[in-house]
Amino acid sequence: MLKKFSLIIPLIILGIFFSGKDSLATKGDKNSKDDKKVITACDGATQVVLNDVAKNEVMTREKAQEVASMLLATYQQQKKYQSSKFTRRDSLIWERELKAMIEEGYKWFHDPSLGTNGISCDMCHPDAADTHPETYPKFQIQLKKIALLRDMINWCIENPMEGQPLKEDDPRMKAMEAYIIWARANQDPRPHAKILNPGKR
Amino acid sequence: MPKMPSEKREEQYLKEREKFFETLPKLNRRQFLKAAMASAAVVLAKNQFPPHSFQLVEAVEAKQGKVEVKFRFAYISDTHLYERKLNERFVRAALKAVEDVNALDPQPDFVLFGGDLAQLGQAEELKLGKEILSQLKAKLYMMVGEHDWYLDLGEKWLELFGQNLPKGSYGWYSFDHKGVHFIVLNSVIVEDYWTESKMTPMERMKFMAQLDNPKGRPFTVGKGYLGDGQIRWLKEDLAKVSKDTPIVVFSHSPLYKYYKPWNFWTDDAEDVQALLRPFKNVTVIHGHTHQPVFNRIGNINFYGMLSTAWPWPYAPTGLPKLTIKMNRADPFDQFDGTGDGTVEVLANGKANKIYNLWSREPMVVTARYLESGGKEEVPPVPVDPSF
Repeated sequence: MLKKFSLIIPLIILGIFFSGKDSLATKGDKNSKDDKKVITACDGATQVVLNDVAKNEVMTREKAQEVASMLLATYQQQKKYQSSKFTRRDSLIWERELKAMIEEGYKWFHDPSLGTNGISCDMCHPDAADTHPETYPKFQIQLKKIALLRDMINWCIENPMEGQPLKEDDPRMKAMEAYIIWARANQDPRPHAKILNPGKR
Repeated sequence: MPKMPSEKREEQYLKEREKFFETLPKLNRRQFLKAAMASAAVVLAKNQFPPHSFQLVEAVEAKQGKVEVKFRFAYISDTHLYERKLNERFVRAALKAVEDVNALDPQPDFVLFGGDLAQLGQAEELKLGKEILSQLKAKLYMMVGEHDWYLDLGEKWLELFGQNLPKGSYGWYSFDHKGVHFIVLNSVIVEDYWTESKMTPMERMKFMAQLDNPKGRPFTVGKGYLGDGQIRWLKEDLAKVSKDTPIVVFSHSPLYKYYKPWNFWTDDAEDVQALLRPFKNVTVIHGHTHQPVFNRIGNINFYGMLSTAWPWPYAPTGLPKLTIKMNRADPFDQFDGTGDGTVEVLANGKANKIYNLWSREPMVVTARYLESGGKEEVPPVPVDPSF
């Protein structure tokens, strides 16, 4: 047995030697993680990997202090990040708020009371089709000026629907904008509905 | 300054145009036609300038052998009238269509009304519609749409327009005209969604009137709350007709499957198509979609009608391949994308459709275009792409 090993080991060393420096370096990198000293903080999660200290090496006091400071800084940074992170509960609240606004917009979009002649937005724009919110702002040729989506919502209320325009900060206006943008991006599978394209006619 | 894409396109167009006219005097007739076609193709491909602007008329007329037109009929559809005191806008549009049709010379043999006379099925709306349509000089045939039906499940509509219906009919009938068999269907029958949910008649109507209603039920001919009476009648009616008699079917909903979320759809369309399959020439004219839309399935040519009230955008998916999309209607022009139209029934039993778009050039879609798979008699492609 021993005889066999004593033959194989020099062969391996020879092989490494002949295979060149590159493969030696790679091999070294692969093993480096195991070789290096890893210090874990008392939270059991925060770690620093020391590139310049071998696994079994005992650090000097100065070096140990430096490592401890580094570990503390890392721990504090991670904690700071975690405190700005939101919980699942948060995201559910935000989702519900967004849904409520979109639904409010859906309601007004389907409500003839914004006008005076029975017509509602959805009659010409089912699922907010042909509203192309992604193209605003743009030069609205017929108005001879740059228009935002809300300008066109008001235009439709005043003209085909023969109603009174909404104030720009009217909650109904905001809700309808929310619905239109959401409906176009989520209900129209065509890619152009999802890409901002201001100025497109 | 770098050139904007539009400037580059215009420059190229002017260059090509100049080159085209330079070569023109050197051509004989045959080469001339070839060049004209090529120029038209260039323009069409660019989608940038109207094909009329320099497509040479001679190229179109060089087509061989036009089939004689046997007779014409006109259509008006989807007027969606409210009471006059509430909404003048749609009344104006309906009157415009009546004026249009009355001005046709020669007069059409008859006029088909394609359904959705009223917006919310109310007696006042239907009566107003009847009053407006009574001003037509030509004979009128009526078809029902869902907006006419779901307030009172057809009661008022049948009272006003249902005098000569066959026994047991809820709006379906047939007639013969100059050797063509015409069938008018009630294709807006859905399953009962109102009894269990205890809807009031107006709730039932509004539920139906909302095109993008996510809970909406698909239209059928013989699978809704009225049972299969209509399909059985259709079978019997067609049994009396010889297989080479040209058939024209009127349905409010498209008798095929286009886009279910907006009910551009007939759920048992295949059943009806199967009954029509043995016939040599079948044309289906439908309302409801408010847009130029045309299709061919098996032996059947389909044409959608325009609305007088408003145009609908093309659905995001499912558009029949042969349809050439009208470009987006101008919302600042009430009459853009709307209109009426005529149908030419040819001596060979085929039917061509003329879309009389009020603010645009009329659009002619021929049976030959559909039957050649979109290769021959291609209608002009719009200047701008549809959105």
